[in-house]
Amino acid sequence: MPVIMSGTSYDRAITVFSPDGHLFQVEYAQEAVKKGSTAVGVKGKDVVVLCVEKKSVPKLQEERTVRKICLLDDHVLMAFAGLTADARILVNRARVECQSHKLTVEDPVTLEYITRFIATLKQRYTQSNGRRPFGTSCLIAGFDMDGTPHLYLTDPSGTYTEWMANATGRSAKTVREFLEKHYTDEAVSTEEGAIKLVVRALLEVVQSGAKNVEVAIMKPNEPMKMLDIGSLEKIVAEIEKEKEEEAEKKKQKK
Amino acid sequence: MLQCLPQVQVTDYYCCCCLIYCCFCCSCCSTPVLPLTSILCSLTSTHYTSIMSLECLIGVKFNNFVLMATDMSHLQSIMVQKSDDDKMLALSKNLVMAVSGEAGDTTQFAEYIAKNIQLYKMRNGYELPPAAAVHFTRHTLATHLRSREPYFVNLLMGGVDPDTNKTELFYMDYLAASIPVKYYAFGYGGMFTLSVMDKEYTPDMNEKEAYELLKKCVAEIKRRFIINLPKFRVRIISKEGIKDMPHIVGEGEAA
Repeated sequence: MPVIMSGTSYDRAITVFSPDGHLFQVEYAQEAVKKGSTAVGVKGKDVVVLCVEKKSVPKLQEERTVRKICLLDDHVLMAFAGLTADARILVNRARVECQSHKLTVEDPVTLEYITRFIATLKQRYTQSNGRRPFGTSCLIAGFDMDGTPHLYLTDPSGTYTEWMANATGRSAKTVREFLEKHYTDEAVSTEEGAIKLVVRALLEVVQSGAKNVEVAIMKPNEPMKMLDIGSLEKIVAEIEKEKEEEAEKKKQKK
Repeated sequence: MLQCLPQVQVTDYYCCCCLIYCCFCCSCCSTPVLPLTSILCSLTSTHYTSIMSLECLIGVKFNNFVLMATDMSHLQSIMVQKSDDDKMLALSKNLVMAVSGEAGDTTQFAEYIAKNIQLYKMRNGYELPPAAAVHFTRHTLATHLRSREPYFVNLLMGGVDPDTNKTELFYMDYLAASIPVKYYAFGYGGMFTLSVMDKEYTPDMNEKEAYELLKKCVAEIKRRFIINLPKFRVRIISKEGIKDMPHIVGEGEAA
């Protein structure tokens, strides 16, 4: 008697492919990422900027215990979307690997190396029994020893790709479309230009306000800088003004 | 008496490293001594390690800063391989570790500790204070001591605690004994300089006076130590960070 297999029975064990070649657990993990708060990254000429949506915290919660942008090494920055606990594990392993690499090879890791390390770790969890994949997508940004900036995106399946600008998490598609329209080498050739592009992209999908975003900047051979609320408010105000001016121009054309 | 580790086999009459007929008078046997050859032999021999080393590490703690001086010669048997060696390693912004001991063990151990301290900084967002770093180092050394791979290193760790602004200097030897000290000097050079420091040290010296004290120590080594340690590298650790000072070149005639 033929056994009726429903599609959902293929997501029981991660190691099983579905008849049409899907790994459902991995795809469900990607759904978990889409539920997380948005993270945007932009690679400029000599600056990399990562920006995350700051979820509103309950009144009694200590705000600073929610850290979505982490430093993996002096020159590597990471933001993530998805399960925070999974990301914490990845960050710990990556931090140890950064130091271990320096100990054995006496050189700091390249961005590609550490991204490959994290991606390999994620892939291992898609191919073994009894373990579920990591429900996080990581944006890894920084500078190699020779000064070239890089921005990589990893996803729960263990693939990694390099980008000039990208977003992950909730409404990532909207943000990515905005970036595709507005990213030019000229726009990101200065630090302010890059920061403005990132914040504008994120404000497309996030309630406007400096207290809803967190921005981290990294320049070659300089420590990471988190923008304080004052500078953020200034940038948000400038962006609002520019938006109004554009809306005015459109009205006038009509 | 020449010191030797009890488990080392001392050949009675035939020295395996310099291939000459010589005999030591040590605690295990009481054959007569040929002083010069046996001393040279023990000093330069790689076949057994004496507890005293030819390298000299000096550390002195003052109220506002710590001064560390290490000799710059890297010796292999009778040859000076390198005369600009750096025996100090910066573990963090306010902590320096000076290492001496078995070649290879020194670099390996020092780099391992340094990277672990950096890992702590990455994980927690702030650097380990000096006393905590010293305890971590001591624990690592003690764990390896009774294993197949003990590290034969003597260390001086000096730094400034960034929270309390107090200066710290710790002595640590290869048996993982660690104590806070006001000043110490490792090696045969230490036998000559400790008495100089006993007489002249006061904790409230300024940088210039402290540098003069170190110059006196190096002059004593130049005068009385059989091995030539011509230059010493000096670093000062204060709450601003680690700064290089001019090398000290031993002055004066040998006695």
